[in-house]
Amino acid sequence: MAEPRLNDSTLLRLCLGFAALLLAAGLAAPLGLMLARAFQDIDGNFVGLVHFRAYFGSPALLLPAWNSLWTSAVTTAIVLPLAFTFAYGMTRSRLPGRAVFRAIMLIPILAPSLLPALSLIYLFGNQGLLRVLLPEGGSIYGPTGIIVAQCIYTFPHAAMILSVALGMADARLFEAAETLKAGHWRIFRDVTLPAARYGLVSASVVVFTLAVTDFGIPKVIGGQFPVLATDVYRQVIGQQNFSMGAVVAIILLLPAIFGFFAERWAQRLQAAGISGRAVLYRPKRRAARDLPLLAACLAIALVLLSIVGMAIWGSLIRFWPYNMALTTANYDFSSFDAQGWGSLWTSLTMAGLTALVGTPLVFWVAYLLERGGVSGWLPGFVRVAAIAPLAVPGLVLGLAYILFFNHPANPLGFIYGTVAILVLNCVIHFYTVAHLTAVTAIRQLDPEFEAVGASLRVPRWRTFLRVIVPISLPAILDIAVYLFVNAMATVSAVVFLYGPDTKPASVAVVHMDEAGQVASAAAMACVILAITASAKLLQLGASRLLSGGWRPAH
Amino acid sequence: MPCRLLAAAGALLLGAFVSTPLGPAGAQQRTRLTVYTAIENEQLQPFKAAAEAALRDIEIAWVRDSTGVITARLVAERAQPRADVIWGLSAFSLLGLEALDMLEPFTPNGAEILRPNMRSDRSPMTWTGMDAFVAAICYNTAVARQRNLPRPSTWTDLLNPALRGQIAMPNPSSSGTGFLTVAGWMATMGEQPAWTFMNGLHENIQVYTHSGSAPCNNAARGEYGLGISLDMRAVTLRNQGAPIEIIVPTDGVGFDLEATAILRGTRNLAAARRLAGFAVTRAAMELYGRYYAILALPDVAPAVQGYPADFEQRLATINIREMGAQRDRILAEWTRRFDGKSAPR
Amino acid sequence: MQRPYLRIEGVGRDFGTFSALVDVDIGVERGEFLCLLGPSGCGKTTLLRAIAGLDVPTRGEIFQDGKLITDLPPSQRDFGIVFQSYALFPNMTVATNVGYGLRGPAWPKARVAARLAELLALVGLAEQAGRYPAQISGGQQQRVALARALANEPGLLLLDEPLSALDAIVRLHLRTELRLLQRRLGVTTVMVTHDQEEALSLADRVAVMSDGRVVQIGTPQEVYDRPANAFVAGFVGRSASFAARAAPGGVTIASGRHIPAVTTLPEGTPVRAFIRPEDVMLADTPGSLGAELVGIEFLGSVCRLDLDAEGLPLQAEIAPRALGGLAVGAMLRVALPPDKLMVFALNG
Repeated sequence: MAEPRLNDSTLLRLCLGFAALLLAAGLAAPLGLMLARAFQDIDGNFVGLVHFRAYFGSPALLLPAWNSLWTSAVTTAIVLPLAFTFAYGMTRSRLPGRAVFRAIMLIPILAPSLLPALSLIYLFGNQGLLRVLLPEGGSIYGPTGIIVAQCIYTFPHAAMILSVALGMADARLFEAAETLKAGHWRIFRDVTLPAARYGLVSASVVVFTLAVTDFGIPKVIGGQFPVLATDVYRQVIGQQNFSMGAVVAIILLLPAIFGFFAERWAQRLQAAGISGRAVLYRPKRRAARDLPLLAACLAIALVLLSIVGMAIWGSLIRFWPYNMALTTANYDFSSFDAQGWGSLWTSLTMAGLTALVGTPLVFWVAYLLERGGVSGWLPGFVRVAAIAPLAVPGLVLGLAYILFFNHPANPLGFIYGTVAILVLNCVIHFYTVAHLTAVTAIRQLDPEFEAVGASLRVPRWRTFLRVIVPISLPAILDIAVYLFVNAMATVSAVVFLYGPDTKPASVAVVHMDEAGQVASAAAMACVILAITASAKLLQLGASRLLSGGWRPAH
Repeated sequence: MPCRLLAAAGALLLGAFVSTPLGPAGAQQRTRLTVYTAIENEQLQPFKAAAEAALRDIEIAWVRDSTGVITARLVAERAQPRADVIWGLSAFSLLGLEALDMLEPFTPNGAEILRPNMRSDRSPMTWTGMDAFVAAICYNTAVARQRNLPRPSTWTDLLNPALRGQIAMPNPSSSGTGFLTVAGWMATMGEQPAWTFMNGLHENIQVYTHSGSAPCNNAARGEYGLGISLDMRAVTLRNQGAPIEIIVPTDGVGFDLEATAILRGTRNLAAARRLAGFAVTRAAMELYGRYYAILALPDVAPAVQGYPADFEQRLATINIREMGAQRDRILAEWTRRFDGKSAPR
Repeated sequence: MQRPYLRIEGVGRDFGTFSALVDVDIGVERGEFLCLLGPSGCGKTTLLRAIAGLDVPTRGEIFQDGKLITDLPPSQRDFGIVFQSYALFPNMTVATNVGYGLRGPAWPKARVAARLAELLALVGLAEQAGRYPAQISGGQQQRVALARALANEPGLLLLDEPLSALDAIVRLHLRTELRLLQRRLGVTTVMVTHDQEEALSLADRVAVMSDGRVVQIGTPQEVYDRPANAFVAGFVGRSASFAARAAPGGVTIASGRHIPAVTTLPEGTPVRAFIRPEDVMLADTPGSLGAELVGIEFLGSVCRLDLDAEGLPLQAEIAPRALGGLAVGAMLRVALPPDKLMVFALNG
């Protein structure tokens, strides 16, 4: 007979229930309310499939869908090998300056998406510095630009997931393979790849979904090349037709649903991870591997750096390309935006809180799912809710938040218009990648840690705090910085949610760009980049402190 | 330790929404009005200062964003409007809100003497106009010299084969600017000729952008030779040294109004009415006149420079209400004609 | 009469339609060392996890020290466990790992220090106290895991294939150590293994499992000498086997020849007969078979001979010095002592 007291498994179930509630309030309910618009008229009356018929009735529909599909597929096909090579170089080689490379790898998500788009225009636009590199008659506006920009934009996501997946390896597997006279290529194929399979699937799902749902890039650099994400923009912002916006948003959810099943499938494939007795793999120097990797990583880093370099330069000149005189006037934000530097403070508060609240939440929920042993429908719901945000375009999420939190009957309505709703929105919006990072890290832990703790009558939470958290600290730091950085740079959802005193700097960037103050927009983007890059450097410093002792240095 | 962190986070969160209420929180008896607007960033401070100077007990809290975003927010917040007043938003948007019964009817003192086509036709009025901005061509003189692009002075000049692939224009289904441009063509040319004109223009278009400001911003940077945009866009760009000329075509231009309205359900109705009243005063009009060439109050002379003398005569005669009603149909037709075959060129 | 310290009564565990455990009854006496032996997938690990509370059985009850523990979570039971992976906390030193469970009011600092010193001395790791698991050898890791499991003097020690990850020499060495330690501490121990040699050498009693059932429980000697069925005979110890049919006073093999054996099976029953190499006698006695020597395997203290005895694949063991001039191809006579021939009905 189980004793009628609160034991570990009841507690775990309660915790997961709380997480489910939070995800329901932060994602499912708002999104449900928004997507229900697809079946309603403007006054909320049910109209069935009228909007779907109208949308599918248009012959122009298939084109955006097809465009979205193939540009995203090409993006994924390009990014994945690049990110894998990069992550491999970071984790399985003895490249010099790996810490620096790791920081550079994140550049595209360190700044608002406008920054790479702006740089690409400066570099390859019709007046671009490197325009000569484009084929005759070619243009950066259109699918080429979309694919290039999305490769840059999705690269850090993929590289981050793959670095975690490749981050821990059992040295004995490599020794075993070597003693079996397996060549380097065979070891790679039979040891390295299978161990990273889950990471590879996650990374492809993430890259593909991000590419499908992002509207910022096609909006700025896509010209008139129609994709599904700009269809949402057109319906929601252009025409305030939320019903049609919801119809397209539902179509955009399809890749995520597919991704969810792909993730479950990969989970089944995942070979046993690293065990407690594994010997952590420390790569030896090997020129035949390290030199080509160095060249590849340098090339990638160079591309990313030139993007930032271009933007920084752009923020320091008077008016590109007609007045190239240098100036710092563009950093005097108060002359371009009512809130001046103040919006940066809002962003810092918002991003800091997002990391502070989001990191424990994400890690704890991932832990509950992977190790809580909770059965029933609850984990299934939480899993879906954790993967779904990736597929929800930011502006759909932003609108959904208005509909839900501004509803007069919502007891949570008091957070509307405050920093709190921005924080909640950011945590949910960037939940998926953070979640996948946590899951990947947790899956690499020995499955018996908790059992050992329990046998020693050590409470579960203590083993969690003393063993699981310390071992996962690098991944936890990754998650915190990821959330911070994205919250600093995000625009699409928060643009609907900020109040009179809570306008984030990233929104100010867009406003300045719209007002024609491109240089000051670039300047503000560069300041954001400086802040996020500092956060990343702090993390690197912290990781350095963490390594040593039992943890191998990266 | 993590518990303490969480507690700290909780406290911060609590502080976050306690310290920044969006609703009315009258400090020192001043009524804080939440005002939604789409006016230019640089205008926020002067407008706020002028209003607060005239109405000492009112404090203005701006929420500013682009027309599309602000309108979408307003529509989404319909269940429980958060704004008290809209001050400076497209009349097309306000008509949409009026149709949703979201505007509080109120006729400010002196609103009757506004130009008839720049105020609500309802009684009491649902909105009052402030100023008008028009569709215009941003012409990059440097690019033009380089590529030998003739300077257009009318819309029909844009059909010149020499401009093939040189023009950017906002997609009317994504951008209000795009729509008012199309509406202007229809008003001056008539609908069928306007479609014929756009068929021809399509041949010269390099790109239809989703943003209303991008054609001019990017024309200023030489990305396109010509960008169809709004007249006031060019001012900031020229001040920065862009080799750009703003051309208001002589064969009739579409325009849109910036207007003021009170949100139905505001908890500060009295203060909102006073702000709406201020928005139609001569003092306010003179303020608008620092940025816009056409003002709702006919006898106020705008201070803004660089507009042709006959500027006002170039405006198309547009029935905004009628155009608004036709909008869905026009956009559907536009999308059918030009969006489906929008292969990049 | 004293009841067993650990009683497993009618325990079953279903995973969907698959039954991992069927009607398992085992009693383990206080201080006894029991091995659960069986091939992989036989349910032995599932049973161990049920004893530990990591996996709740579908049916049946488990009692420890007279207390019903079937549904208790692991944290409310009294056991220490060593996993196949050891599950050492990589972020903690050897000493911290071992002392992980030594906390609470019962363990003031001084007592913890004393206990740690005692445990580390017990497993011979006093020198390694400050090292991390990744910095010590596999054998040392295993001993850390053992010391950790024993730290708060559990009533029951559970070992899940604790030696399987070690190389042969370390394994033999640790096997002896484990046995001595268990004897010395007198802790009731249940160990899961698929290595029958390990089970026979370590256990007081062996429970042989197959397809979720316990097919035989007994001392290593009993299990080895008197296997309960063909599975045990084949799985435990080395033996040669051949198909035959039961006949009065023996069995009949394919060639029609009658071989005497002790069996009570009805005549004609298809059977399988097993005989261990050490029981095959190289002797020309009445009823002996002619056999050709087909292979010789030198094992140090003994030589194993592969024989083809009138179609029966037999093995025999002799002392190397008795090998004389025997070479492959030689013809010998072999006798099968009837009481050593183990005969089981095929369907049994």
